Amino acid sequence: MKIVREIYGRRDYAIIGELVEPGTRVLDLGCGEGELLAWLKENKDVDGRGVELTAARVQKAIARGVSVYQGDLESAVGDYPDQVFDYVILSQTLQETRDPRGVLRSMLRVGKHAIVAFPNFGHYSVRLAHLFSGQSPRNKLFPYDWFDSPNIHFLTIRDFELLAARERWRVERRIFIAGQRQVSLFPNLLAEIGVFLVSATYQP
Amino acid sequence: MITEVATCTFDSLDLDCGVTLAPVEVAYETYGELNAERTNAILIVHAFSGDAHAAGEGGWWSNMIGPGLAFDTDRYLVICANALGGCRGTTGPGSLNPATGQPWAMSFPVVTIADMVRLQKKLIDHLGIPRLLAVAGGSMGGMQALEWAVSYPEHVAAALPIATTARHSAQQIAFNEVGRQAIMADPDWNGGDYYGRKPPGRGLGVARMVGHITYMSDDSMREKFGRRLRRPDQFEVESYLTYRGYKFVDRFDANSYIYITRAMDSFDLTQRGTLSMLFNGINVRFLVLSFTSDWLYPSYQSLEIVSALRGRNCDVAYCNLETRYGHDSFLVEVEEQTALVRGFLASTFKETTAAKHKPAAPAPPKPAHKHARKETASRA
Repeated sequence: MKIVREIYGRRDYAIIGELVEPGTRVLDLGCGEGELLAWLKENKDVDGRGVELTAARVQKAIARGVSVYQGDLESAVGDYPDQVFDYVILSQTLQETRDPRGVLRSMLRVGKHAIVAFPNFGHYSVRLAHLFSGQSPRNKLFPYDWFDSPNIHFLTIRDFELLAARERWRVERRIFIAGQRQVSLFPNLLAEIGVFLVSATYQP
Repeated sequence: MITEVATCTFDSLDLDCGVTLAPVEVAYETYGELNAERTNAILIVHAFSGDAHAAGEGGWWSNMIGPGLAFDTDRYLVICANALGGCRGTTGPGSLNPATGQPWAMSFPVVTIADMVRLQKKLIDHLGIPRLLAVAGGSMGGMQALEWAVSYPEHVAAALPIATTARHSAQQIAFNEVGRQAIMADPDWNGGDYYGRKPPGRGLGVARMVGHITYMSDDSMREKFGRRLRRPDQFEVESYLTYRGYKFVDRFDANSYIYITRAMDSFDLTQRGTLSMLFNGINVRFLVLSFTSDWLYPSYQSLEIVSALRGRNCDVAYCNLETRYGHDSFLVEVEEQTALVRGFLASTFKETTAAKHKPAAPAPPKPAHKHARKETASRA
């Protein structure tokens, strides 16, 4: 059983921090206040860029010394040239995008690898809440009411695996987190967060 | 903070229009100390009506430049020079034409933003600075910051173009033209030949009034004036604008107004190719800022710059700050900008000092002493 550390209180950040090779070029989509990028710069000597929509967060990120662009990540990712990043990170934001598949495709266009972390809608607590309450699930993974949730696509770990197979993405690493542990058994039922490292494969 | 203007004279300056201006003087101020490695110098570039006096008592950006402020003079050497074509110590239409012994007036050659930057580069060379840590400025200062990045990318680590554009829109040109026409319609303007006589104060005052309107926002004017009356027959806003126009005449030359606004209007980075081509391969960090309430230099103009930079994968940070004071925001909304600028400069300084790559620079002359009253430099 592997214990998951936290960076700035975020388990997904700690996992991503481990996945990123030192000295690489990283784009963080929906980078918030730039905590992860600052950590990667400090600890892994990465050349980092970020995209964030909220002005107040962008201000904090730039004040941290991180180069962040204020804009909508879905259109912003389209502006970068092909394959200029080693990693493109989308952490806890995939479920908020209008066109998740389009975003993922763009990520693999501008970057060699994509790192995607998202809350698992297939977690047993979500399933049970839905089954017994008959309401839209609301718990610590999905802490919003249906009417004020930023989440507009609810995906499970299995959903992501199926999309990756369909798009012929190579899943290089998959890490599943529950509480402070990594889980490997029944991830779609037991994992709260899934973290995937994928790359594009072009088969002849 | 005690500040003093220094003046530096160069033998000549080649202008874009083909004319060589000789000699040419530049007035500048410096704040703080240059470090031993000469890596901590920041050039502040003023907006249309500014001057070299950026910091300290009465400085136009005194809330941003000083010990512990955004441009921290305890850490950096900050330099600000009056722009070419200006009237605050640097050669402009009010200066004497050495060929005639009379003021240049309208026979002064046409100057451009690139000419202004070329003169600043001479000053920086003269001060013994091989590579600036940053060039920062708002409005016309931002244009010059862009020009620096494009013309001298090896000599500047970072550029901070604030509330600016790569080229004026028809609307921006239109407002400038109203100002110019107001000056030229004043009989005292006399074809620009008014030195030693009554200057075209009414025309220049009206030009400034129009300018002030464009620097504010509907919100800030409502807050500041509303429909309040100054006198039974005068609105507060009328009184304010008249006063600002009147004060401007004391410190600004009408011909400089014409020359400098023309330099701004003719500035168009895209004339030399697309922005994307211009930014290709330049190793300059950017912090681009725009303001939500700035309708004179709207954020789409900053975004045009930022998109081109991102398309070239240049290192760019961009924020559209929520403000209320219109184009003036870059001068007055200090809190919004301070942490941003401080963090950006600190990380740039850290990166440039850590970077092994240092552009080859010729052995510079000895750093000039700051606050020197008058010094002369031969052409570097």
